[in-house]
Amino acid sequence: YFLLCVNYFFYGETVTDYFFTLVQREEPLRILSKYHRFISFALYLTGFCMFVLSLVKKHYRLQFYMFGWTHVTLLIVVTQSHLIIHNLFEGMIWFIVPISCVICNDIMAYMFGFFFGRTPLIKLSPKKTWEGFIGGFFATVLFGLLLSYVMSGYRCFTCPVEFNNDTNSFTVDCEPSELFQLQEYNIPLVLQSVVGWKTVRMYPFQIHSIALSTFASLIGPFGGFFASGFKRAFKIKDFANTIPGHGGIMDRFDCQYLMATFVNVYIASFIRGPNPSKLIQQFLTLRPDQQLHIFNTLKAHLVDKGMLGSLEDA
Amino acid sequence: EVDLEERLRELDLRSDSDVPDVPPPTDSTPEILKRALSGLSARWKNWWIRGILTLAMISVFFLIIYLGSFMLMLLVLSIQVKCYHEIITIGYRVYHSYDLPWFRSLSWYFLLCVNYFFYGETVADYFATFVQRREQLQFLIRYHRFISFALYLTGFCMFVLSLVKKHYRLQFYMFAWTHVTLLITVTQSHLVIQNLFEGMIWFLVPISSVICNDITAYIFGFFFGRTPLIKLSPKKTWEGFIGGFFSTVVFGFIFSYFLAQHQYFVCPVEYNSETNRFVTECEPSELFQMKKYSVPPLLQTVLGWETVNMYPFQMHSIALSTFASLIGPFGGFFASGFKRAFKIKDFADTIPGHGGIMDRFDCQYLMATFVHVYITSFIRGPNPSKLLKQLLILQPEQQLSVYKTLKSHLVEKGILQPSLRG
Repeated sequence: YFLLCVNYFFYGETVTDYFFTLVQREEPLRILSKYHRFISFALYLTGFCMFVLSLVKKHYRLQFYMFGWTHVTLLIVVTQSHLIIHNLFEGMIWFIVPISCVICNDIMAYMFGFFFGRTPLIKLSPKKTWEGFIGGFFATVLFGLLLSYVMSGYRCFTCPVEFNNDTNSFTVDCEPSELFQLQEYNIPLVLQSVVGWKTVRMYPFQIHSIALSTFASLIGPFGGFFASGFKRAFKIKDFANTIPGHGGIMDRFDCQYLMATFVNVYIASFIRGPNPSKLIQQFLTLRPDQQLHIFNTLKAHLVDKGMLGSLEDA
Repeated sequence: EVDLEERLRELDLRSDSDVPDVPPPTDSTPEILKRALSGLSARWKNWWIRGILTLAMISVFFLIIYLGSFMLMLLVLSIQVKCYHEIITIGYRVYHSYDLPWFRSLSWYFLLCVNYFFYGETVADYFATFVQRREQLQFLIRYHRFISFALYLTGFCMFVLSLVKKHYRLQFYMFAWTHVTLLITVTQSHLVIQNLFEGMIWFLVPISSVICNDITAYIFGFFFGRTPLIKLSPKKTWEGFIGGFFSTVVFGFIFSYFLAQHQYFVCPVEYNSETNRFVTECEPSELFQMKKYSVPPLLQTVLGWETVNMYPFQMHSIALSTFASLIGPFGGFFASGFKRAFKIKDFADTIPGHGGIMDRFDCQYLMATFVHVYITSFIRGPNPSKLLKQLLILQPEQQLSVYKTLKSHLVEKGILQPSLRG
């Protein structure tokens, strides 16, 4: 029930933005969307009250433990999955490259460790070695650069996902942003002698991919160590035995969860700003005096920056 | 039953009786009170101490309200920190984990990170003009999420590196305990501050309703209580619950009437960058302007009036008081269950006669979220300062095009006079 509530809340908050016009057309959906937070909160509260009413004398502590366990698990699992969906809507490349980097790092670190591994990395995971860690890092950065180069050429990967109201389907069709247009970069003098070129043509996105791969290789493994510690703490070998030879689904995804949050924060901080059309929508729901105040502040800001000449009068 | 016992034994979670009994709380009553009440029996002594402390807390509360929004914010912050500290300390006691490597520092560090994140997201919006002038602050605001995430990650990595062989499970328990406590105390306290910024009335009326419900339910239970309400809290009765409900609705109604008349309580809090202080001055919104309401025919015969002058806000206060009386107590039951589960009588012994800070605030936490959700759903639209902040970080060309769209919209609605030139 709690899983349902939290998912309902998140899907309502994020996905409805993309389906805005569809939602506005259908009356029941419009109401659900307008009072979304209130409805979600009411649903959650019902679950909370049911929990309190279900407390049984001899099992209080166990019940509180399970309540806490449920909430922490929801925090880890559900929030990450919604951040991934957010990233996906930015463009499939923001979904595929990070996930592939983590998988690549897993595999490369294992191979480097297998062939060259000697110095243990951390007591928690005795099989990991420094050689594997460092080798995996360089291999993943290289892999990220190459994969980004190949994917940046295709619109279906680089365009934000949009919902087309007329055809009622998702489309990926757009003018590729600056990030996905080839540019000439000067190679620093140090590398010029090594590589032999003076300039190189790259997509700006490839520079970002270095940041993503670096995170995947250096911090991603901490997610894996966390999961190893967890398994040791609760004396389990694998999370489950869903996948033969690998264990449960969690075993495969333990390094991914930090990555999803990082990509989302990265995009919000460095790539795109807020969506102007969404801001205009929000503006239209304000009161007239609030609208006037914002308008005047924006105007003063633009005049300050010299973007508005003195032709514009109040 | 046998299988459950074995599983529990494995997980080191034997029956509830295995939790070590916490030593009885030390008596922190001030000497002067002890001397004044030395002649009374234990029961009445307790009653007097509780009563005096209640009055003391309420007076301090009034004083801080008088001092203004900034002091209130500080009060909320200190209560949040103390609640967090109390719950974490209980965790240490239950798990004997005082000596865990780094754990206390990590708990405080996470508290700092989460507070930094929330203050940056909410309060910084109100200081927009202040921030625009200072370069370093602008940088911190632009990359706020990234910085907060980096700080949190550092804590996460420190936790992983601090895992020690024989203490894995304990460390994971404390990690989870810390996060759930953060979820409860820090998010609620920030919602309370956001409600405060809407207008002090949105802060005072909910909190007072919960306190009133506590007191009136107790009084009704004391005089008329007969049918027990819930096994979890044997002292609560249905008579207390229902009596408390009606009294709280009436109280909320009357209290709102008085508060709605003063700009100090009704206006959104704003930060004036010229005088460098918080101001509450505005044209009161529709909610706080008297309106004539027709009394439904049913009540007309009872009351003898045909119409009544009320503030629309008073209708909302009914919703708030209803929540405070019907759902708020579930927060109290949750805390009672928690105390029973971990075999503690009170969260701490900070306040003589009452227990810890958490004991006073257990019913409040659901209230804060409810008021916030209520305001965003039914009262106001999106936050204008946040919208402004987002407009100011757009690219210049985007800003210009948004400006043009807004201008044409405002002219169309007649809010703005069309320009005479250009």
